[in-house]
Amino acid sequence: MRYIRPLSIEDAVGQLAGSAGTSAILAGGSDLLVRMKGGFVEPDLIVDIKAIASLGEIRETADGFSIGAAVPCAVLGENAALKKAWPGVVEAAKLIGSKQVQGRCTITGNLCNASPAADSVPALVAAGARALIAGPGGKRTIAVEAVPTGPGKTSLAKGEIIEAILLDSQAPRSGDAYLRFIPRTEMDIAVVSAGVNLTIDEQGVVKAARVALGAAAPTVLLVEEAAEALIGRKLDEAALERLAKVCAGACRPIDDKRGTIEFRRKVAGVLAKRAAMTAYARAGGK
Amino acid sequence: MNFDPRYSGRSFTSVGTRPIRPDGVDKVTGRARYGADFNMAGQLVGRILRSPHAHAKIRKIDTSKAEKLPGVKAVITAKDLPDLTDGDAAMYDILDNCMARTKALYDGHAVAAVAAVDARTARQALKLIEVDYEILPHVTDVDEAMKHSAPLINDTIFTEGLEEKPVKPSNVTKRTQYGHGDVHEGFGHADFVVERSFKTEQTHQGYIEPHACVASVSSDGTADLWVCTQGHFVYRQHCAQLLGMEASKLRVTSSEIGGGFGGKTHVWAEPVALALSRKAGRPVKLVMTRDEVFRASGPTSATSIDVKIGARKDGTITAAEATLRYSCGPYAGMWAEIGAMTAFACYKLENVKTVGYEVLVNRPKTAAYRAPSAPMAAFAVESAVDELAKEIGMDPVEFRIRNAAQEGTRSSYGPVYGPIGIGPTLEAVKNHPHMKAPLGKNQGRGMACGFWFNFGGQTCTDLNIGMDGSVSLAVGTVDVGGSRASLSLVAAEELGIDYSQVKAIVADTSSLGYNDMTDGSRGTFSSSMATISAARNAIKILRERAAQMWDISVDDVAWEQGHAVAKGEKHGNLGKLSLKEIAAQSGKTGGPIAGHSELVADGAGVSFATHICDIEVDPETGSTRVLRYTVVQDAGKAVHPTYVEGQYQGGAAQGIGWALNEEYIYGKDGRLQNPGFLDYRIPVCSDLPMIDTQILEIPNPNHPYGVRGVGETSIVPPLAAIANAVSNAAGVRMTHIPMSPPRILAAIEAEREG
Ligand SMILES: Cc1cc2nc3c(=O)[nH]c(=O)nc-3n(C[C@H](O)[C@H](O)[C@H](O)COP(=O)(O)OP(=O)(O)OC[C@H]3O[C@@H](n4cnc5c(N)ncnc54)[C@H](O)[C@@H]3O)c2cc1C
Repeated sequence: MRYIRPLSIEDAVGQLAGSAGTSAILAGGSDLLVRMKGGFVEPDLIVDIKAIASLGEIRETADGFSIGAAVPCAVLGENAALKKAWPGVVEAAKLIGSKQVQGRCTITGNLCNASPAADSVPALVAAGARALIAGPGGKRTIAVEAVPTGPGKTSLAKGEIIEAILLDSQAPRSGDAYLRFIPRTEMDIAVVSAGVNLTIDEQGVVKAARVALGAAAPTVLLVEEAAEALIGRKLDEAALERLAKVCAGACRPIDDKRGTIEFRRKVAGVLAKRAAMTAYARAGGK
Repeated sequence: MNFDPRYSGRSFTSVGTRPIRPDGVDKVTGRARYGADFNMAGQLVGRILRSPHAHAKIRKIDTSKAEKLPGVKAVITAKDLPDLTDGDAAMYDILDNCMARTKALYDGHAVAAVAAVDARTARQALKLIEVDYEILPHVTDVDEAMKHSAPLINDTIFTEGLEEKPVKPSNVTKRTQYGHGDVHEGFGHADFVVERSFKTEQTHQGYIEPHACVASVSSDGTADLWVCTQGHFVYRQHCAQLLGMEASKLRVTSSEIGGGFGGKTHVWAEPVALALSRKAGRPVKLVMTRDEVFRASGPTSATSIDVKIGARKDGTITAAEATLRYSCGPYAGMWAEIGAMTAFACYKLENVKTVGYEVLVNRPKTAAYRAPSAPMAAFAVESAVDELAKEIGMDPVEFRIRNAAQEGTRSSYGPVYGPIGIGPTLEAVKNHPHMKAPLGKNQGRGMACGFWFNFGGQTCTDLNIGMDGSVSLAVGTVDVGGSRASLSLVAAEELGIDYSQVKAIVADTSSLGYNDMTDGSRGTFSSSMATISAARNAIKILRERAAQMWDISVDDVAWEQGHAVAKGEKHGNLGKLSLKEIAAQSGKTGGPIAGHSELVADGAGVSFATHICDIEVDPETGSTRVLRYTVVQDAGKAVHPTYVEGQYQGGAAQGIGWALNEEYIYGKDGRLQNPGFLDYRIPVCSDLPMIDTQILEIPNPNHPYGVRGVGETSIVPPLAAIANAVSNAAGVRMTHIPMSPPRILAAIEAEREG
């Protein structure tokens, strides 16, 4: 096994593209190292991206935010501007593991590990985040939801590295929120989860919305019908009930050790409702 | 030795205080050595190959490729651990569990092992061992296993304890029955009868430290074993027997222990490590992974229990009956029997009958878990008791007080009780502010009682007085919860010296006579008795030495507050001699001063507790939160109250996990789905409230200080107390443990739909 710590993204891409055997990118390592220790993967090449300076920064741009792929989740929580603009994304990142885990783990790693239960992903999808990818053929940007293609699988090609996660500036009168269900209070994996991002007008009527569900299907679900249930309405009882129903229906969950199909469907609806209420309040709705 | 163990009603100076434990600083600074912290020069890494099948015949094992791998120093199978058990069925089961002989009986059953120069080589070697399995049908559920159609796990087993000798083999190894009176008649006098069925899933003790040992067998046939265990003398006995050694040739040293709770009363990997070392001719270190700990060690029974209780309008129970089915893993056990004995032990009953069935399943061998078998029986009984109180319209505490056992009551399992604490714990609960605190929306309160026998057993202790007057105490019961501190307090009390002058250690098996293991809440009870006895023997010698120093008769020397005092008119002018002064002269007065004690600590007083808990349930998700929890328990005498409270809190914490989320989940393929702390959910700190405790002291008449065991009873009431609280909060009776959110939500919805 070879471990390298390149100083530039070009070098990292080149090393990955040129490697013969299996390879892995190492960000915080809170998924990768656990899987290596368990004997599930034994990569021939490990490319640690934490020494690439630009990947360790959160930059505020004219359009919004660029969150470097090596930024630990704890740092997201310390960025006041990001927290103000995207409280839902930050609260999702800050749910991952524990204080110790958050000191290492990244939202990019969370996305690329491609677990259907990844906490930051539904929040990022609801927020309309994009991934900036560097690869042998140059750079490209894709929607976050296009990265995972199934449990443990991504659409990234050999040699490609996500450089940063891009978030737009939040529109006025907007708010986002994320909620997950776990049987304990922390150190657990989402049984099901929901992220909601919405924008309202001066009367409190929802103008735009994105609703995403986690652990409800093999990949994160962007539920357009759920957004439609909210758009054009105030967040009244009927709209919320409709949202819950649509979300429960949109789930394609499985029965497993963490929960039943029945349970996941019901709780997906409940969480979407509760997240929508928080997002609405954050947008200034009453 | 004429040691008088009776309660003396004396007052105390050291006992009852709360000094820092002697092992405390090392534990919080990381200096303490646990099982995996021991290393030897030249040691090899041992690893075990485990069956991926729940039930399979082992046709053939080919180890030749693994043996050829460079760095591999030994590969063993059952052939290297031949059967030396000589008809001892229980030992044969232990042997077969350590290394499967003809069949793999559960997912995780050991089938072969290697010792190699490093972990990587050992892992590779395991992959090179070829096992030819013939997969057999399996059964993991306790009720399924009892059906006639169930696959047979052992076709030589015919149910014992039936009136007629069965003609067909069965997965039920034994039926047992306890009780007295006539329940049929009793139910005839009842105005109200509650009858319900309950289930509890299998849980693991969840100790944080995995099993770990270093085994070193010398070419002269002697051996050393350093191991994390609750009972190094028992481990020595078992390992020596399985390896064909004389017990005295095997020296076992116990490490600090990161939790055992019954799971470390049993050998799993230790005989394997010894066999590997014997074959390789080098020390072997074997540390289980968490996955192995879950798949192959520990768990308690899964159960299925039916309860029926009847009472008159005035609240008097007229009859009580229970049928208890407990899983044993693939080997015979007596788990249901213990459940049947404890089920109704809290109550004074004219007519009571309990029947237990021991059931084989393709799961790991059931091991003791803190008051083994009692929590599940208490869950079923205390749930039904609560429901019955409700039907009668009585307060659940009043109802229990009315029916509580007392001194002189004939217990449901036979013996007549001496002075006991069930009534006092109930009265304390009745008057506790917790019972009167207001509850909010979606919140419920529950309470429940619990009983445990406690145990005494064989104990051997040495107390040595140094020439500087400091005292070293060598005990043979492993310290699992602060017993070195408690025993030091006891030695200080008896000798009349300060706690800081005493240093207690856990001695190895070659330094002391046999000790039973630390189970049955016996550590402090039995070793304090032996410590008192050893101290009294030392005092006898101290008096003799003082008499010599003064040149008077020993009959004229008394021992008072750490000093020899000359008695009688003739000697009135002699000053006292301190322990330190006598010790300083010991070289000239007859040599070292010591007190020894060997005894069987009889008369461990039974123990009772009553718990109260408040729970909030989210009716939309089934999520629960424990808001408040109170433990009231009789300690007899709390030698070190902080560590008694620790036992109360620890048992409650484990019970909360068991009640709400912990469970073994098996797939259809008979494989364990959650062998890790991610999906086997023990509570994390933030899941628990501060657990309040109240210590009652109803002296045990059979111990000089009145001590009773305290370690286990605290896990008996929680399943029931929490089930009663959740049932009250959710408005529906919960009958299946753990009450995980999906189960609670399903129960709420079923109730809503009527
Ligand atoms: C104790 C514990 C608790 C946890 N709790 C949670 C939880 O509550 N919620 C949750 O969602 N997750 C949880 N996790 C999982 C894990 O912490 C998260 O998924 C985390 O965000 C992963 O980030 P990382 O930087 O550590 O990823 P790494 O382990 O470094 O990488 C993860 C995967 O992504 C790939 N990768 C990393 N960076 C890039 C990149 N820039 N471009 C392309 N591929 C990349 C890696 O090759 C690897 O396959 C937990 C893990 C542990 C150990």
